[in-house]
Formats: sequence, C-alpha cells, structure tokens
Amino acid sequence: MDGIHDMGGMHGFGKVEPEPNEPVFHAEWEGRTLALNRALGYTGIWTIDQTRYGIERLPPDVYLTSSYYKKWAVRLENLLVEMGLVGADELEAGHALRPGRPLKRKLAAADVPKTLSRGSFARPAQAPTRFKPGDRVRTKNLHPQTHTRLPRYARDRVGTVEAIRGCHVFPDTAALGKGDDPQWLYTVLFDGRELWGESAEPTLKVSIEAFEPYLEPA
Amino acid sequence: MVQDHDNHHDDHHEHGSELSEMQLRVRALETVLAEKGYVDPAALDAIIEAYETKVGPHNGARVVAKAWSDPAFKKALVENASKAVGAFGLMSRVGDHLIAVENTPKLHNMIVCTLCSCYPWEVLGLPPVWYKSAPYRSRAVNDPRGVLADFGVTLPAGTDIRVWDSTAETRFIVLPMRPAGTEGWSEEKLAALVTRDCMIGTGLPKNPKDVS
Repeated sequence: MDGIHDMGGMHGFGKVEPEPNEPVFHAEWEGRTLALNRALGYTGIWTIDQTRYGIERLPPDVYLTSSYYKKWAVRLENLLVEMGLVGADELEAGHALRPGRPLKRKLAAADVPKTLSRGSFARPAQAPTRFKPGDRVRTKNLHPQTHTRLPRYARDRVGTVEAIRGCHVFPDTAALGKGDDPQWLYTVLFDGRELWGESAEPTLKVSIEAFEPYLEPA
Repeated sequence: MVQDHDNHHDDHHEHGSELSEMQLRVRALETVLAEKGYVDPAALDAIIEAYETKVGPHNGARVVAKAWSDPAFKKALVENASKAVGAFGLMSRVGDHLIAVENTPKLHNMIVCTLCSCYPWEVLGLPPVWYKSAPYRSRAVNDPRGVLADFGVTLPAGTDIRVWDSTAETRFIVLPMRPAGTEGWSEEKLAALVTRDCMIGTGLPKNPKDVS
C-alpha cells in the first residue's frame, strides 16, 4: 500500500538525531511490548508480513506521532481483535472475559534461547530464475492496496541485477495470510540519478532486495 | 482504540502521565493475553533479559575484529556471512540471510530499511531509535552524505556511497576498514574499536589512539 511507512526519499523530516548511550529500552513497557510480539509470533498465529502490514494500516497521523514501540503495542491490539483472539471489551476491562482459543504452541521460558535466532525464509523454488546477475531490469509500476516490499521510490526504474538471494516467502502474499507463495529474490542496484534525477550525487548507488514479480526485463 | 498524545520519537522525552498511560495499556494487554493462556510472563521476562544482556553490537564487533585479523575468515564472511558467523560459534544460530558488505577506500556502505526497521538483530541487537526514525529512513537513500554529516562523519570526496535498502528478509552488516596503526593488535583489542554505527555505515571505527 502507498502508505506513510514508505518513507524513502521523502523530505521534511529533519536531521537524524542519534542518542548517546541509548538504553535498549526507554521504559519497561517497551520491553514487555517487544516480548509480547515475539511470544505471540512463536504461537504461529501470524506471519512477520502480517505484522508489518498491521503497522502500515495504522492511520498516517498515528503512525507519525507514535513512538516505535507504541506502534507495536497498538498493532498488537488491533491484530488480536481483528483475528478474534481477544475482544475489545477485554482490552478495555484489562482482564480476560472469555477463555482463550487453543493455539498451535506457546512459548515457555526454557525455549526462549532458541527463538532468538531468525528462522529461514528460503523455500523450494517453483520455477527457474528469470534473471541472472548483470541483467538490466525495470521495476514494475505497482500500487497494490495491500502490503508490498517494493518501495515507491524504486518503482518503474531501471537497474541491474547484482545477486540472486534465493527463493523466499513472498511478503505480498504472506501478509494476507494466503501462504508462502515462494518467489526468487534479487539484489537490484540503481544509479542514484535513475532514482532521484540530476539532484542526486553522481556516484550514489542504491540497492533494493526485489522479488521476481516486481521485475521485468529492461 | 487509538489515542495519541505523544509526538516524540523517543519515549524518554514523554511526560510522566503519557508514560504511565502506555505502561497501563501494555500491562492490561499482557494480563489479558496471559489469562487467556496465549503467553507465559516468565517467557516474556526471558526474552527481555536476552535482549538486554546477550544480544547486542558486541557480537558484531567480535565478527569484525576476527575478519580484520584472519583473512580466511574475512573471505568466508564476505562470501556467506550466515555460514561464517554461524561457524564462529558466536551465539545461537544466526539467521540464514546475513550478508556482510565490505568498505574500501573507494566505497562506503550504508544500511537502511526505508519501509520499516529491518536490522541484523543477531549481530547488532535491537536497532537504535534513530535507525527506525523518519529522518533516517527518508534521507539515507537520497542524501546519505548529509546523513553522515548528522553523525559528524565526512568521507573523502573520492569515496563513493552505496546504500542497501533492506526490503526483504536479507540482513546486512557493514565490514568497516581496519584502522591504520593497529598492527599486531589482538582481536579483543580490535573489537573495542568497532562501534555499532560503523557496522550500520553511519560511523567509522574508533581512533586507535582513543583506545588504550
């Protein structure tokens, strides 16, 4: 979706402000929010792309004015209610009013260490690669209403395939809960001027990780 | 359901009342989820402890220091970072899709996620607030030299910039250049030069003179 989350190349947000000696969490609830997200992810109720799409669907004003972990917390509430796992009345009450639904699995403290490493997003290929390193490709001018990982600034632009990264879960499909739909993934490199015109630094190069359905031969 | 009063990027700037609003809200959410049997609060404690103590940029720093010290490891790292870092026995298995990108005198690499906050957690820990902020995500891809200036970093004019937008599940770590004047240094001493930001590409390693 062409949402506020797709920020690459936007103007007006000001300077980057690094915080010296930044703590891991700025408040206790941030850590709890991260942990709730991880623990619920472990139960298999949603994919990482469904959770990203959950953030993207926050109203733009909320997205821009909420801290990172506040977005996570609100997204959690929204997804849980949307999926019928929690009632809005229960969030209001601060207590369960009905028993929970059975889930595939539940994260125990003893299993936490093994959940710290990421799983693999690679999947068996359904077809041979369409492109190879060195190929010139044009990104499609796609504007789906739903989740996509092709940023706006890199649509309808010509670049070069630099590497094949394997066949991966396709976020555009997985975000809708419609399965893995594996697709080939490529690193595609663009000249800065192809993306930003004459105002770009002449030697700038920017790459995106592009799934095969985003690309066509140039 | 959504109520917002805080318009700061980082919550430590929030007023106390707003902080407690989120504290209460998340506590209520956790209570509901625990009562419904979806989460175990002890597991949540363990997750938080791991991210506060075990996972962090000190892991990435050890990888970089080893790459600076051991040419065979550096070659393996650049060829397949997941495999090389996994074999290093740093911690539990790293993800399958880690990619190390090497800085040279002619090329400086910078990592961003313009769409959300993708970041190599296993080697760098949780991302800092600025990495997830609108200024960084918007400007890294079209004004990386300006972003570097925000960090007080100026690259030589002859050093080109390459930005990697993390738009899939591949994750990137920058392998910075080993500072001059560190000949004969141990891996441990070298690791002390490696900052989180130099592995994102928004910084350079520390000056060896500043590390005694």
